[in-house]
Amino acid sequence: MTGTALLALMAAGSALGAHLLTRARWTWRTPRTAIALWQALGLAWGLASIGTLLSFGLAPYGQGVVVGVARFFAAPSVLSSFQLVAVAAGLTLALLLVGMLMVAIGTVVRARRRHRALLALVAHGDPEVPGTLVLDHPVAAAYCVPGVRSQVVVSAGTLELLGPYELAAVLAHERAHARERHDLVLLPFTSLRRIFPQARIVSRTLDAVELLIEMAADDRARRHRPAKELATALLRFAAAGAAPTPAGTLGVVGADETSPILVRVRRLLAPAPLPRPMRGAMLAGATAVAVLPLILYAIPA
Amino acid sequence: MKGLGELERTVMEVLWHRQHGGTAREVGRALADERDLAHTTVMTVLDRLAKKGFLVREREGRAWRYRPIATKEAYVAELMLGALSMTGDRDAALTHFARSVSGDEVDLLRRVLDEVEGTSPG
Repeated sequence: MTGTALLALMAAGSALGAHLLTRARWTWRTPRTAIALWQALGLAWGLASIGTLLSFGLAPYGQGVVVGVARFFAAPSVLSSFQLVAVAAGLTLALLLVGMLMVAIGTVVRARRRHRALLALVAHGDPEVPGTLVLDHPVAAAYCVPGVRSQVVVSAGTLELLGPYELAAVLAHERAHARERHDLVLLPFTSLRRIFPQARIVSRTLDAVELLIEMAADDRARRHRPAKELATALLRFAAAGAAPTPAGTLGVVGADETSPILVRVRRLLAPAPLPRPMRGAMLAGATAVAVLPLILYAIPA
Repeated sequence: MKGLGELERTVMEVLWHRQHGGTAREVGRALADERDLAHTTVMTVLDRLAKKGFLVREREGRAWRYRPIATKEAYVAELMLGALSMTGDRDAALTHFARSVSGDEVDLLRRVLDEVEGTSPG
């Protein structure tokens, strides 16, 4: 039962790791590495959970998960009904995770197509902000429609609200999102949230990854612009957009120092990046976490 | 000569400004001052916009009369809802600069903004 036990341990371990990582603050000192760690944990959790069920069910073949699945489709009659249930559950989970990711991709592609079509009709260029589309609306908004050809959009309210330097900082931030394809980073996590809408660990994970992505974009933006411009833009922008808490988002945002906006402002003004060796160690750890379940797939149960 | 996208936009503007929509001939006439468009070009653009779901059409004699399905303001509002992530869906369709915040948080952020701006005036 070594393989099965190790996979189960791995699944539980990655869930525990995710739990700890949602509370961690050191991740803010190296957002990109932390994003990699999150991706590794997510992958490890999925692979290990599926693997635990399959490994348990396919134990009679004695050849691990990968060979076991092939053998199973050739001669399923070897298994007991209990083992058959485990195999069915494992395959269902695999299909669910992959299928829902496909659904999420489809939804996003459709939403973006609609968004781009509407932008083409109602948004316009502005000589003040070349390469950016402007929406005539008094509320401040700035965002990016990601894709192979990404499009940065700001509202007239944003142009009104921000000075030229702050605006440049905001646009640099948005272009960083587009360039690093942060939308692709988010996709699997939003998909996981659709599968488990009630699980607090999943929504907290999504919050954490979203914040890290913003920090990564902030970091890239401040390579080209002074950090203070971005910080004041962020404060002015968020303070202007006073809105009732949008439906469907979580009430995790408090009016205290844990406010994501404030956290971003503080680290922009007083950056404390992790030393390179520590980041390297984290990346190595992340790689190990992602690869380990695959190795366990080969171990006979 | 501008691209097809630019034409679609111009045609929509014409229709948004007309009370009862328009036929291809009427749209062409409305645009005659700005540019000289072939009648078939206007028909193609109207047809494309109808296929994309921005216009509905109904028979009027031998021609089609086209009307916008929604106002320009409604489309801007729809885009802004997505932009402010107020659609209730947390998908990864767009990436934002900052999410909307609650009233209490606004007070706090205003205070911090004053602090930050006070540290080095100018």
